[in-house]
Amino acid sequence: MKSLKFLIPLVLFGVLALFLGAGLKLDPREVPSPLIDKPAPDFKLARLDDPATTISREDMLGKVWLLNVWASWCVACREEHPLLVEFAKRKLVPVYGLNYKDVRADGKAWLSQHGNPYEASLFDEKGKVGIDYGVYGVPETFVIDRKGVIRYKQIGPLTPEVLRDRIEPLIKSLQA
Amino acid sequence: MTHAQARFARFVLLACLALFGATPLRAGEAAPAAEDPALEARLVEITSELRCLVCQNQTIADSHADLAVDLRNQVREMLRRGDSREQIVAYMTARYGDFVLYRPPLKESTALLWFGPALLMVAGLAVLVVVLRRRARLPDESFEPDEDMPGPNPAAGGPTA
Repeated sequence: MKSLKFLIPLVLFGVLALFLGAGLKLDPREVPSPLIDKPAPDFKLARLDDPATTISREDMLGKVWLLNVWASWCVACREEHPLLVEFAKRKLVPVYGLNYKDVRADGKAWLSQHGNPYEASLFDEKGKVGIDYGVYGVPETFVIDRKGVIRYKQIGPLTPEVLRDRIEPLIKSLQA
Repeated sequence: MTHAQARFARFVLLACLALFGATPLRAGEAAPAAEDPALEARLVEITSELRCLVCQNQTIADSHADLAVDLRNQVREMLRRGDSREQIVAYMTARYGDFVLYRPPLKESTALLWFGPALLMVAGLAVLVVVLRRRARLPDESFEPDEDMPGPNPAAGGPTA
């Protein structure tokens, strides 16, 4: 037993390395949202393309849908956008946009330049709805179920893996 | 100084002037509601215990991120409405979770955070006590003699520096 004492530092080092290694894989920017499995916060916002028409949380009840928070000033949004355009074409779920703290003209121009995957975009000029949804790193994407409950939140750009492995299976199980 | 260097120096000087000249203007824009010092003091008191989500090592009180400015305005509005500190903290945690609190609440998931340091200290003290007691029981011969003291066997003394 005593002869194995020299191994203690090695074991300690191993444990430390494991912890540090796991730490490398964690993203400290990813804060677990307290909104998961909670009713989606209320909102009533005008459409980006039509200030006279509003959409509210109640209008969305009864279907599974995606809420994607975006802005024309958001660089990472440009990165995920083609993916979203492709995803929307498959018509698995309606995708709605939340145009966060943007200028109406800029937002519309951005959509006509990069493609519009959204059924409609809600125009959240002051970012109030964004705050209610705990948005802190645009783009963010929420999956909301038929009863208006938030089931998933993606912080930062969507990736093909997240769409394929997390969001699609979740949507299928929610629609079943 | 060559001509190019002189031009560069002038550019740097102008850039500095532009930067520092512009800052006070912006600062003036960012603080719209200094009319009620008591409310502002309370605002600072509350927001300096809330973490900014965008630049996570700053408080909402001193971050210049857009979201922090919005949240400060939100808290200001709530204070004006007469909301209590608890209501404001509840508002924040409902949206961003306990993560926004620099003083996390004591509950099951944070127990290690609260008691971990104390546990580590107790463990360290326990190890220290065990080692010291074990050493106290050892006979003198198991220690190397001190260099400046004549040991039991001076001929075999320790390494001389």
